[in-house]
Amino acid sequence: MSYDRALTIFSPDGHLFQVEYAQEAVRKGTCAVGICGTDSVILGVEKKAALKLQDSRTMRKIHRLDDNIFIASAGLVADARVLVDMARVECQNHRLTVEDAPSVEFITHYIAAVQQRYTQSGGRRPFGISTLIVGFDPDNSPKLFQTDPSGIYYEWKANSIGRNSQTVREFLEKHYTEDIAEADAIKLAVKSLLEVVQTGAKNIEILVITKDGHRTPDIGEIESVIKVIEAEKAEEAEKKASKRSSS
Amino acid sequence: MEAQFAIAGKDFVVSVTDTSVVHSIVKMKKNQDKTWQLSPLALMSVSGEPGDTSNFSEYIQGNVKLYSVRNSQDLSPSESATFLRGELARALRSRKPYQVNILVAGYDKNSGEASLYWIDYLAAMAKVPYAAHGYCSYFLYSVMDREYTPDITLEKALDIVKKCFEVLKSRFLIDFPEFTIKVIDKDGTRQLAQADL
Repeated sequence: MSYDRALTIFSPDGHLFQVEYAQEAVRKGTCAVGICGTDSVILGVEKKAALKLQDSRTMRKIHRLDDNIFIASAGLVADARVLVDMARVECQNHRLTVEDAPSVEFITHYIAAVQQRYTQSGGRRPFGISTLIVGFDPDNSPKLFQTDPSGIYYEWKANSIGRNSQTVREFLEKHYTEDIAEADAIKLAVKSLLEVVQTGAKNIEILVITKDGHRTPDIGEIESVIKVIEAEKAEEAEKKASKRSSS
Repeated sequence: MEAQFAIAGKDFVVSVTDTSVVHSIVKMKKNQDKTWQLSPLALMSVSGEPGDTSNFSEYIQGNVKLYSVRNSQDLSPSESATFLRGELARALRSRKPYQVNILVAGYDKNSGEASLYWIDYLAAMAKVPYAAHGYCSYFLYSVMDREYTPDITLEKALDIVKKCFEVLKSRFLIDFPEFTIKVIDKDGTRQLAQADL
């Protein structure tokens, strides 16, 4: 008997195949990276190249959920649209019932609960997306959370999802430092994305969130960050070369 | 016995409400803000049945906010007023109608014009240059009818507001110690103190 057809069936060795296949779909999506600093949170995404006749403004990968909470996803874009809308309604619901802004964990928990529900009931397929949820809590602490198709969620200091996310995550593990400042966090986000995005600034989008608001650096700012990164790389290469020649 | 009125010019609106919350013969609160911000450029002042006022307003405010988040664009004042009126009308012939009187004041970024909508508890709506709800309207319309001109400036409008305070003080049964005065224009919403007039 094939154990990967109906959703609500375990395989004999304890797998939910549909969930694992959904995680495969996530691995095909474009990369997104999140970095949590002391007073800022950075979201970086790999932008899919727009086809010639396409209006690239309608290809949003980062969505706003509430005043200071944002979400980026990797995987099936249409599934993301549905989940993002549910989360937006839940944020307003929270404000209506308790007259306070939701915390990042609250909305993450809600999204994860929805994703889990679709792995256990209703005969539906799971959402084919992992999400990075970033923002500031009402107490002004920066937060980064991740969900995946199985419905788990974890808090991270820095993480990535989508294609080549393993490469990016290893890069982050090597280069992330606690108490990273805003400018360094932006540089780290761009640097880690450059590991997997070949074509440079026009395929990278960054979102910077602080307790006072958010901004999207324009392509000029990203290009200047890339220039700094490349200059540093050249310096490193020169140092290595001179060390080799002298020893 | 609440005071609620507003005056709109070409590119600004002034909204005025009193600040008392009364229960039977007791003044429960004397610094209540009876306006609700729907979006940075639109607000509504609400009076009527206690409970219905906050219930209805919070519901409308939540839905207007949700629209902004979903569409990365605010609902214009006219759209907010029409949506609000629709919800009032829907509730009207249900078991639970809301008893609230509303003035929606705002500045439309796209048309560059300010607008004011008078909506009563029966969900009748009218787009007007100036308006008032409650007993105060019997006194204030006389003042506003006489003084208002369509090309009014903010200074003149605030002058009319002062005249409205004077007639209420001299002829209305209730003495209002404090008012919430808000101005909306292209730069957003700001609050003025009565002393600043």
